[in-house]
Amino acid sequence: MRNIWIICRKELRSYFVSPIAYLLLTMFAIIFGFFFWNSLGYFVLMGMESQMRGQPFPMNLNEEVIRPLLSNAAVIGLFFIPMITMRLFAEEKRTGTIELLVTSPIRDFEIIIGKWLAALILYATMLLFTAVNFAFLFKYGNPDWKPLAVGYLGLLLMAGGLLAIGTFISTLTKNQIIAGAATFGVCLLLWVLEWVSGYETATWAKVLSYLSVVTHFQSSFVKGVIDTKDAIFYLTVIFLGLFFTTRSMESLRWRS
Amino acid sequence: MIKVTELTKKYARTVAVDQISFEVEKGQIVGFLGPNGAGKTTTMRMLTCFMPPTSGSATVAGFDVLEQPLEVKKRIGYLPETPPLYPEMETSEYLTFVGKLKGLSGPELKKRVDSVCERCAVADVKTKLLGKLSKGYRQRVGLAQAIIHNPDVLILDEPTAGLDPKQINDTRDLIKSLAGDHTIILSTHILPEVEQTCEQVIIINKGKLVATDSVHNLQARARGAESVLVEIAGRNGNLDLTAVQKRLEQIGGVSRVQYKTSHANRNIFEIESQKGFVRGDLARAVVEAGWDLNELKSAAMSLEEIFLQLTRGEVKEAAAKGAQ
Repeated sequence: MRNIWIICRKELRSYFVSPIAYLLLTMFAIIFGFFFWNSLGYFVLMGMESQMRGQPFPMNLNEEVIRPLLSNAAVIGLFFIPMITMRLFAEEKRTGTIELLVTSPIRDFEIIIGKWLAALILYATMLLFTAVNFAFLFKYGNPDWKPLAVGYLGLLLMAGGLLAIGTFISTLTKNQIIAGAATFGVCLLLWVLEWVSGYETATWAKVLSYLSVVTHFQSSFVKGVIDTKDAIFYLTVIFLGLFFTTRSMESLRWRS
Repeated sequence: MIKVTELTKKYARTVAVDQISFEVEKGQIVGFLGPNGAGKTTTMRMLTCFMPPTSGSATVAGFDVLEQPLEVKKRIGYLPETPPLYPEMETSEYLTFVGKLKGLSGPELKKRVDSVCERCAVADVKTKLLGKLSKGYRQRVGLAQAIIHNPDVLILDEPTAGLDPKQINDTRDLIKSLAGDHTIILSTHILPEVEQTCEQVIIINKGKLVATDSVHNLQARARGAESVLVEIAGRNGNLDLTAVQKRLEQIGGVSRVQYKTSHANRNIFEIESQKGFVRGDLARAVVEAGWDLNELKSAAMSLEEIFLQLTRGEVKEAAAKGAQ
């Protein structure tokens, strides 16, 4: 446990002393802020229209603002995850510092979990910026906080899975660009897989759509529902991703 | 302290290390010698548990590298060929990080960081970014990182590569000063380095063990065939070189006489003998012939020559095997 924390702190530090963290946080804050502004503007317009028609219908901040925004955050996250994970192992392999880690009295999985955890913490920090936006809703309206909290939990689980995949891909190469591009491709694919369910109902389509990381978020967490089935899906992805990373590190030793 | 038995590492197509066996006693400095690509780094990486051997075994302080890698790693300090530095860290921060990785903590850790900074002469760059350090400093920080947890065994992969002559000397002195408390294996392809720093030499070539012995013994072994340098001058300034050559060749036991130079009017001959001591006969012969004997010294074979001899022999053997 102590070793995991040592690695994690070192990774967080190198995110935050380099421009990477600030760049990612700023970009995410701007993009998400833009989505928030649009979404809120539309909500306000709808509210005014319904009042002008003289027959106001019930409007719900949770359903009409928070929910679509959480979905947006999930998708924006897909684009940022490769940039978080690409350097994790690729850089250490290129500079040779991996030799220090591997020859220290610390287990492979401690290195891997430490790095993955640091990536997850950076992602969580990004999500913090969405909370700044949502805080305004709580100031001027009264949305329910529980579905929002569940939504965040879902986002973290989903990101945890994708970050684990990214970590794995980063062990495969010395080149950060390759690691980043490959992770981006996989993330994108895992998102669009659900589209097949739109026109096809055969078993293969169901399987493909099941594999899509976004489906499991859309079907429960975003609605404020914790579905064990979906939680287990994400936990499995996390486990498999990290498991393959340990295997990859082992084979690195046999080959290198 | 270190015991290696028939250690072998095979890659997909090549055999990098082929059944190497040797032992290193506690407190020794051992030079691991071989041309580039001989398998030095691979052997060291197996000893540090960076990669597992294909077959054979290695134990460090009684712990097997495959069975108990964590115990081995606790007792080893390792400086890879390129010091494993994080460019975005400051020196003291980096050493603290490595210390924690090796299991140190609290005031103990702080004390060790300060002491290795002193010892490796990096105290003046404690708050500098590693990425901005010069090559010499980087190497010393690398060394500091290797000894931070006061390991029993130090494994240094070409610790002086790429340094300037003064830095090389400093690093060698530093390594020698570490010898008392640590068992040290250092690899190099620079021979004088071994002569100057090491007590034992392990020579490998093309993945095979060529020789393992003390530096002293190796030099003695090669001196079986003695070579002597003589400087001769004529009485009145003129010297008939061919006459000298002939006279010298007549001395019993001399196998070869070679005129070397007449640098600054000094006539130097190199004489090789098979049977050992010919210096007395030589001196007498020169004086009796009426020449001046200005200098006579035995030219001990340097390790370099021994090394070339040994590795060349290996090549010849291999060639002979190939021919059969």
